[in-house]
Amino acid sequence: MRARLATTVGGAAATVSRLAGRDGSVIGGIIGLRIEPDLLSLLAAGRQVILVTGTNGKTTTTRLITAALEATGQRIASNVFGANMEAGLTSALSRAPDAPLAVLETDEKYIPAMIKATAPKIVVLLNLSRDQMDRAAEIWMLARRWHEALAAAPDTLVVANADDPLVAWAASSAAKVTWVAAGQRWREDSWCCPHCGAHLLRHGDDWNCHECAYMRPPVRWTLQDDKVIDPTGQVLPLRLTLPGRANASNAVVALAVAEAFGVAPSTALINMREVTSVAGRYTQVERRGAELRLLLAKNPAGWLEALDVMAPAPTPVLLAVNAQGPDGRDTSWLWDVDYRRLRGRTVLVGGERRMDLAVRLEADDVAFQLVDSIDQAIDLAHSPRLEVLANYTAFQQYRAVIGRAE
Amino acid sequence: MANSPSSPRSPSSPSPTSPGEGWRPLRLVWVYPDLLSTYGDRGNVLVLERRARLRGMPVDVVEVNSDQRVPADGDIYLMGGGEDLPQILAARRLSADGGLHEAVRRGAVLFAVCAGYQVVGTEFGGADGEPMPGLGLLDISSGRGERRGVGEILADVDPALGVPRLTGFENHQGVTRLGPGARPLSRVVAGVGNGDGTEGAYAGRVLGTYLHGPALVRNPGLADLLLTWAVGQQLPPIPAQAEELALRLREERLAAVTAPQ
Repeated sequence: MRARLATTVGGAAATVSRLAGRDGSVIGGIIGLRIEPDLLSLLAAGRQVILVTGTNGKTTTTRLITAALEATGQRIASNVFGANMEAGLTSALSRAPDAPLAVLETDEKYIPAMIKATAPKIVVLLNLSRDQMDRAAEIWMLARRWHEALAAAPDTLVVANADDPLVAWAASSAAKVTWVAAGQRWREDSWCCPHCGAHLLRHGDDWNCHECAYMRPPVRWTLQDDKVIDPTGQVLPLRLTLPGRANASNAVVALAVAEAFGVAPSTALINMREVTSVAGRYTQVERRGAELRLLLAKNPAGWLEALDVMAPAPTPVLLAVNAQGPDGRDTSWLWDVDYRRLRGRTVLVGGERRMDLAVRLEADDVAFQLVDSIDQAIDLAHSPRLEVLANYTAFQQYRAVIGRAE
Repeated sequence: MANSPSSPRSPSSPSPTSPGEGWRPLRLVWVYPDLLSTYGDRGNVLVLERRARLRGMPVDVVEVNSDQRVPADGDIYLMGGGEDLPQILAARRLSADGGLHEAVRRGAVLFAVCAGYQVVGTEFGGADGEPMPGLGLLDISSGRGERRGVGEILADVDPALGVPRLTGFENHQGVTRLGPGARPLSRVVAGVGNGDGTEGAYAGRVLGTYLHGPALVRNPGLADLLLTWAVGQQLPPIPAQAEELALRLREERLAAVTAPQ
């Protein structure tokens, strides 16, 4: 085993890191795994690995956990560019061969395999909601796979959002769970009991089933507005730079992870507050005399959160939708978002599938103008500020136009 | 089956709602959005509501969750898509409830999509493909196919219905066989549909399709067929500018699928 580590893995890992470059390319990981199929396991061995998954907030939470754990003084490997399948995780670990900690965003479908490969110290489960249904697994099915994978990993601590019933059920098979009341804004996928299917009773963030008595587990950490209540009952203001309720949720989860490494919340928050943008999300840029803020969201739960984050009227809004492979080719999800709050403000609609969005907005009586480019949107907005919300490839196209300012 | 395709409105059917003043509102009943609503199913409710209101018809939308009774006095019932487990639960609860059966017996319109389409049949495939009893409101039976049909679908509608070509998105692994009591809704031009070259099925005022989610958005003709069935008479036209965006979207999607790659 040691010889194998020294030779095969050393060589494979070197190849990976040589090919990986600084932009998070996964080519190195792909080739490394060809040379040594167990490369990820071998690279993970001896490290404390944290896997972060969920439908939304993976990238940001991974970044926040990494910031929180900087207080440990240890080096941390992380797939900061969001390559979150086996090759991406492998690349991230080989780029940081000496890092004793690893915080790895992981695609929700790959969690069972990645738990097996990395024997993680912690698995973080954020939320589960409908997402790119043409290529992603159905979410009750995903919850079942998480449930089985965690039952088979008795040494792993799970940090899970107790306010999402499907996530809570998935985590309920784990030997050790830190429950976090991180809130749940989007509820359209969790009206029914994940255990028996009956309609759930919900009061605020609490929930329980009146047929099988399944209920929200008792929580250790609580998000309350923009404050966190820690396990001792102490109330701390979060004061994040990142906007919105969703990021406050992500931050409370990160604090629960930091606790497992002996990092106090007041210490963890110092570095977490320094996080301003994550892989271009929430970036503010100046263009044609207007201040633009870029918001990326890929599914209805994400759009709901992003609409919450936006500056209120009269700040104009540009919405852009594509339906390429990475976006999901099916635009049906646009009908799951409630746009009525945009009534009465300037709304611009762009992206390759702008007609789908146009018909959707018309049904909600939201007036809008179609645009062919981000510059046309800026000109039509006639405003010092413009909020831009786009799904994945639409976001990348706009970023390519305005430059990849972090 | 509850109705034959050409049967006139039965005498016991709900009193017709109609354009103009003095009529009671059109009642749209969305059945079990808590179980059967996976991806944009609300779109069908919104499109029917909008197209009725544009013609001056008042509309009541009733959302019935799975812990509530299904009212029998609705005019149009809508059922959406769902994963295996919610689909099985929905079928079980709707059978026990009986409200939807009574509504269909009284001549109400039922529009069922994807998992909902399978549920209204006599049988559908369960979580491991095993046969599960459906509601028996449409003479179809469904099982699980070899592969998942995912992508844009085009289909030409039964000429008897007077509805233009369907455009939509399908995402299912179902295979559906039609019995003698149901007619194919359409013939597949591109896509999978029922699996035998047909797509969807209808009998009387019960109509189902694999076009998933907001199927009526790109098919205003199908929406108007349902409304016509519900009111029992020809509908007045909609102002042209109120149709323009939907028709542009429809043309764009039709062209995108028929264009050579």
